Amino acid sequence: MTVSVRIPTILRTYTGGTAVVSATPGTLREVIAGLDADYPGLGGRLLDDAGKLRRFVNVYVNDDDVRLAQGLDTPVAAGGQVSVIPAVAGG
Amino acid sequence: MTVNTASAMTAPSNAHSATSTTRQPTRFGYATHLSCRECGATSELGSTHACSECFGPLEVAYDLPLITRRTVEAGPLSMWRYASLLPVPADVASTPNLDPGWTRLIKADQLAHALGMRELWIKDERGNPTHSFKDRVVGVALAAAIELGFKVLACPSTGNLANAVGAAAARAGIRSVVLIPADLEPQKITGTAIYGGTLVAVKGSYDDVNKLASELADEREDWAFVNVNVRPYYAEGSKTIGFEVAEQLGWRLPEQIVVPVASGAQLVKIDKAFRELTSLGLVESAQYRVYGAQATGCSPVAAAFRAGHDVVQPVRPATIARSLAIGNPADGPYVLDVTRRTGGCVADVSDDEIVDAIRLLAASEGVWAETAGGVTLAVLRKLLAEEKIDRDAPTVIINSGDGLKTPDAVVDTSAAVEPIAPNLEAFAALELASRKAS
Repeated sequence: MTVSVRIPTILRTYTGGTAVVSATPGTLREVIAGLDADYPGLGGRLLDDAGKLRRFVNVYVNDDDVRLAQGLDTPVAAGGQVSVIPAVAGG
Repeated sequence: MTVNTASAMTAPSNAHSATSTTRQPTRFGYATHLSCRECGATSELGSTHACSECFGPLEVAYDLPLITRRTVEAGPLSMWRYASLLPVPADVASTPNLDPGWTRLIKADQLAHALGMRELWIKDERGNPTHSFKDRVVGVALAAAIELGFKVLACPSTGNLANAVGAAAARAGIRSVVLIPADLEPQKITGTAIYGGTLVAVKGSYDDVNKLASELADEREDWAFVNVNVRPYYAEGSKTIGFEVAEQLGWRLPEQIVVPVASGAQLVKIDKAFRELTSLGLVESAQYRVYGAQATGCSPVAAAFRAGHDVVQPVRPATIARSLAIGNPADGPYVLDVTRRTGGCVADVSDDEIVDAIRLLAASEGVWAETAGGVTLAVLRKLLAEEKIDRDAPTVIINSGDGLKTPDAVVDTSAAVEPIAPNLEAFAALELASRKAS
């Protein structure tokens, strides 16, 4: 069983326009590495050169902001959902 | 600075009395493009809010004409007197909208005396059509949404924005969809539902609601989420607070201004307004300090300021100041930039201090502020006590909303009213008891 990852519009050029893609379970860091293998370049849009989550990217695992959980070490179990969202919204 | 100031900087020193150029505005006024605040990448004026290169926030850039004090002063008594400095069509004031703005700037002499200050002003945003500054940002967002061809006006909201979107959409004759945290104050729920749009209560915090809205904005192509996919335009509306403050002070900038911080966009845009007015020669160039105000129960920006960080670590909010309860503030990093650049700071206050400040403001100036207004005044008091703000310098504080929307914050601390018999003896007995009590 895989995890589903929701891709925001501005990154769908990497997924051929697909809004939701599948990835292998693991930590969020591993999920992103798997995405980058399947969709080359996507990982670099989410992580900076130091391998940290980019400042203006929010990632949610099962509706929870990973910055309030374990960041890139947040586990994503089989059947889990990951959502990537531009951070600049609201207020 | 994103404004093309070339013409303004070469204008005569009395630019405010010069005539405007003859360049014609487009459907977005004098706005020319969107520009990423992080990497500087540019894009066409459209319905996007995040940079396709780095996810950074997009901001409206302009090629502003020379604008005079006289032309501004001849404009309507609403925020549309500054239409030339906003991404809106020139005829925006004649379209069906709520005509927000031109709220009172109150000279708060009694409050100043109580605080030991020389010159204190309150920008009172209760005077807007739905009683908060959100009518300003929604006014610009509505105009942009119509120009961009959207059919629905939508938002995630802590309440004030919900009211503003519901009312503006009703006035414009389009559908509204408003997402709110399920446990919002009843006054704000009623104040949205009354306008007849679709109201969706979401389990969770504002940040959870915001996440859902961001996902929906990607899926519903004809929905304008005012603070998501049309946020670059929306946020520009807050500049008009800064424009009005300067004009109402007699075309001068205050030396100090204290602004509540939720997403942080209001503070950042007031600073942008002051810089634009200066570049255009509408005010004399002067140093000013910008201070940000948060509630301790949701103070990620104040915490970052104290720690010397330039990034903001999200928090889970727990405060009575619900309209400021954004745990992951989009403009937090820029609030840090502005306050540090101008020599101000960001500070936070407890819920008890907020309530005390609401009561002080009401009793001293007749202004019943929403909890956010209490936060602003309480932070001013704290900064005075800590000698981080100059008590002799002209100072403006922002009251962003109306206490009638958040009565629960003060109802427990208000004096209970015991009824008396309808005769003079009973009244005299009451006066006697009250004298003894004091």
